[in-house]
Amino acid sequence: MTGNTPTVVEAKRLGLTFETGDGPVQALSDVDLSIGKGEFVSFIGPSGCGKTTFLRVIADLEQPTAGTISVNGMSPREARENRAYGYVFQAAALFPWRTIDRNVALPLEIMGISKAERGERIRRTMDLVNLTGFEKKYPWQLSGGMQQRASIARALAFDADLLLMDEPFGALDEIVRDHLNEQLLELWARTEKTICFVTHSIPEAVYLSTRIVVMSPRPGRVTDVIDSTLPRERPLDIRETPEFLAIAARVRDGLRAGHSYEE
Amino acid sequence: MERTRDKILPVTIILAALVVVWYVGAVMLNAPFQRDLDRRGDVTRGTVEFLQATLSQPKPTLPAPHQVAQNFVENTFLRKVSSNRSLVYHAWITLSSTLLGFAFGTALGIAIAVGIVHFISLDRSLMPWIIASQTIPILAIAPMVIVVFAAIGVTGIIPKALISIYLSFFPVVVGMVKGLRSPELTHLDLMHTYNASAAQTFWKLRVPASVPFLFASMKVGVAASLVGAIVAELPTGAVAGIGSKLLQGSYYSQSIDMWAALVAGSVVAVLLVTLVGLAGRITETMMGARPA
Repeated sequence: MTGNTPTVVEAKRLGLTFETGDGPVQALSDVDLSIGKGEFVSFIGPSGCGKTTFLRVIADLEQPTAGTISVNGMSPREARENRAYGYVFQAAALFPWRTIDRNVALPLEIMGISKAERGERIRRTMDLVNLTGFEKKYPWQLSGGMQQRASIARALAFDADLLLMDEPFGALDEIVRDHLNEQLLELWARTEKTICFVTHSIPEAVYLSTRIVVMSPRPGRVTDVIDSTLPRERPLDIRETPEFLAIAARVRDGLRAGHSYEE
Repeated sequence: MERTRDKILPVTIILAALVVVWYVGAVMLNAPFQRDLDRRGDVTRGTVEFLQATLSQPKPTLPAPHQVAQNFVENTFLRKVSSNRSLVYHAWITLSSTLLGFAFGTALGIAIAVGIVHFISLDRSLMPWIIASQTIPILAIAPMVIVVFAAIGVTGIIPKALISIYLSFFPVVVGMVKGLRSPELTHLDLMHTYNASAAQTFWKLRVPASVPFLFASMKVGVAASLVGAIVAELPTGAVAGIGSKLLQGSYYSQSIDMWAALVAGSVVAVLLVTLVGLAGRITETMMGARPA
């Protein structure tokens, strides 16, 4: 990371221990990471490695029990209160009783944005995720991929600079996923947002990211951080290039070193 | 065609079976009295004649379905609705207090549920009392309420509606507490990421999510409310209403009148539950629910 890009997320010796009935579970341990503005950072690792927990700590949905973290130079709580980020969940989590445009309008309503401005932003974000024409549909009338695009539109609608995405395409089939990955890169290039992206797919992580954070479980920790050497412009068939495969191999090695699948 | 096969036919078969059982029961229950009567009057009848006689007594132990049906039709459709003998008149008296009690019971139930969902102290302090309240037999409470209110000069619809409130608020509390707590964790997290206030989360998430629960519990509530109104008409010899009709019928052994009143009460109950269900379906369709 170059020194002159502003830091968006800065974690120092971050730890989080859940108290459960079976005793404490260390979800995160000694995580040191700093994410610069405009980066696309993927978090990859097996379940239980704390990748989602880390995202939730950034979002102030979980409280760390050790270390420090800042978002835009503030505490996660202050950042949330300033609506610093949009969060995309694994499930689209659209409200079934709202049409798509009104789902996108939800955060805008909550933030007290005027009706005229809401209409304008809905139009713009719906266009950004290629959903123009589906404004008046209810979520159940849309396919899974379209629902997830709608939820991305909702996260983009209030123009937060940081987008936190928790396995947003995990439940979709591979063809739809490829398509959405392409669109996401395009969207990222157009909006210049900072994106933190949790995934358990190696090709997805390598294809999308400028940086890949490899994590391992028990306790959840960062085992490798890989800077991508791929160009920003990435057609889908870049995934067949030796460069791509080399990065993928390094990610796989990192995953293997970090923990054993035999457990 | 499918509707006939899947819905109407099974219900009709059960209905036919019930009518058969009813006729058999009527014959069995009325036969001893008829035999007694015939012996004293020194009448000899053939089997068919005897059966006919058991099914057409003026004050039978168990009236036959056709007797009840005839009485019901006469007193519902052939009388002026203002007549004291009209079932429509009595049904309206009961219905008005049912609806008043149901409206207030639902409002009270919603208010309590909102309180319980938002304040843990209310959840802990109120909920056990609410549950306990429903373990008290309504037949024991109703006369006391009516008598106490009559003593301070309050009679008529208010004490009756109170009993309905007492019975109908409970299902609404239970249903709405569940409904207001029904939003998925992801939806609540989402509101949290928007830094939404409790009021915003309530109106934009909890309330719409609770609507199906509200209508389901209102269906139970409206039926309970009707029971409350009828029970409230029993104890003090109320002069009008389905309940008083039942009571008068039992005083004067007018068993056919009683059963007709019972049928009238059931018809009202079916209508009320159907209407609430319909209102629920329309509301949910307007809220974009996937057609079943």
